[in-house]
Amino acid sequence: MGRYVLKRLVLMIPVILAVAVLIFSIMYFVPGNPASLIAGSDATAEEIAIKEHELGLDRPYLVRLLEFLRNMFLKFDFGRSYWTNKSVTEEMVQRLPRTAILAGGAMIIAVLVGIPLGVFAAVHEGTLLDRVTVLLAVIGVSLPTFWLGMLLVLLFSLKLGLLPASGMKTWKAFILPIVAQSLGGISQLTRQSRSSMLEVIRADFVTTARAKGLTERAVIYGHALPNAMLPIISVLGGNLANSLGGSLVIEQVFAIPGIGMYMITAVNNRDYPIVQASVVIISILFSLVVLLTDLAYAAVDPLIRAQFAGPAKKVKKEESEATSNA
Amino acid sequence: MPKTKRSKNTQAAQVWMILRKNPVFMIGLAILIVLVFCAIFAPQLSKYNYLEVNLEAAKQGPSAEHWFGTDDLGRDIFARILYAGRYSLSLGISAVALGMVFAVLVGAVAGYFGGWVDNLLMRLMDVLSAIPGLLLSIVVAAALGNGFGKTIIAMAIGNIAALARILRAQIMSVRDKEYVQAAIASNCSSARIIVSHIIPNAIMPMIVNATSRVGGSILFASSLSFIGLGVQAPEPEWGAMLAQARAYIRTYPHMLIFPGIFIALAVVSLTLCGDALRDAMDPKLRR
Repeated sequence: MGRYVLKRLVLMIPVILAVAVLIFSIMYFVPGNPASLIAGSDATAEEIAIKEHELGLDRPYLVRLLEFLRNMFLKFDFGRSYWTNKSVTEEMVQRLPRTAILAGGAMIIAVLVGIPLGVFAAVHEGTLLDRVTVLLAVIGVSLPTFWLGMLLVLLFSLKLGLLPASGMKTWKAFILPIVAQSLGGISQLTRQSRSSMLEVIRADFVTTARAKGLTERAVIYGHALPNAMLPIISVLGGNLANSLGGSLVIEQVFAIPGIGMYMITAVNNRDYPIVQASVVIISILFSLVVLLTDLAYAAVDPLIRAQFAGPAKKVKKEESEATSNA
Repeated sequence: MPKTKRSKNTQAAQVWMILRKNPVFMIGLAILIVLVFCAIFAPQLSKYNYLEVNLEAAKQGPSAEHWFGTDDLGRDIFARILYAGRYSLSLGISAVALGMVFAVLVGAVAGYFGGWVDNLLMRLMDVLSAIPGLLLSIVVAAALGNGFGKTIIAMAIGNIAALARILRAQIMSVRDKEYVQAAIASNCSSARIIVSHIIPNAIMPMIVNATSRVGGSILFASSLSFIGLGVQAPEPEWGAMLAQARAYIRTYPHMLIFPGIFIALAVVSLTLCGDALRDAMDPKLRR
């Protein structure tokens, strides 16, 4: 198992390197010169050229690419903002936890609410409560997170005055964004848990468990759910990965100074070092989430666990590819 | 190949037979048709010009005169929502369609040729899928600049990797079938084999998956417009209208409500249709 994790981590290196090269190249070919943006609209060509030289933008592509990769992966130095000249690494260290709280908090709520709700709906299949749950889940996956966020602000901050509408002065400021961000995950998990549970709930082993005289609770949570877990985990992994991207938008709504706000401002300002660093860092987190999902597969399914340990490499590889596709 | 054609028709007919009896699908389809109808006949459905600024009528709530009220420049929100539907719906659909075109190119070549070509293309897909879709689209949209066509390309790139993988897997499973062997034996070119023998028999799972992506793609488009990329003012787009409404959330919440409802309606209808299609295609669920 340890060897497998190590192997996967090593395999991540070329992918992340390629992501860095890709992002650097996209930003390199972006129309719009940051030097002329910073120098201002009334700057002369000479002033722009000086600024370009200061920022190192006048050097050839390959030189800049190699320097970027060396700084990022060998010195862990993400450079400095073109505009504020502040260290991007320091900003990231400050901002990353906020984005992580947002994405992680949303996922925890999604798991705590979504899975029980899906199980509940499956157990009561065909009843009115089941139908209402299914309908709510369809609506839940269809609402734009940022719209929901603004509606929550409208109700809880502006009308009722219960929670702050933006910023992050107290922990309370995180409640609305996390709730808004979690709705999609709750709904997805409800849908997936319901349909996976329906597949196993009439299986023979569930009947056997009932026949043994186990309580209904033990039958559902002890026997049926663990066997329905695989597809649920893959939705969960995909969801956490997506909330990393989704929090970019929700941070805008609630003015939370996380990576998302930082990056989107930087995109508009053509502040390349920030955009590059944000993409690479989020991609590393994203790949780690995919890896964790694969490991969670092994934790719930003894068959896959055996493949992780055993020599059946080929099968396992396809399995992990299937997960990362989800 | 008349034979494959006929069997494809019967498959489509079978699926349609199942879908027709599914009330959930029909509700979704009905909502979708109404929305598309509204977008197409936007000029006929509203007496206001969606671009016409009328500062005297600015920031009015819903009334008989302006059904959904007016925005900060006095433009009729109902008219703007109808026109915005054109952008939002076509962005969502074209981004998936274009993603599918790229995915067919990549998936077909990788799946058919295998070997190092496959390896190279799939590693490239690994790189694309290592970046969250929204993030990738933001960066590409920023690089390409704003505009309708460019936004479609930026969004399409986020769809390629997953779709190409599905197609590739399916192609690998039909590649060794007898009819492909027969085509190779009768000296067909690789291009011809891929286009007329392999793709028609391998493409359905990808299409089903792509259909279920359209709803998400519309959400995606609205997110991009919301953060200022994508469709640009004064042209309306549902997400862009929400971004504009954000400044008036305290004072004129009606500006915020209606565009969101339309996004939700569009995505709900597509989700319902997508679910029903997936179930209809799933032999396990067929009775």
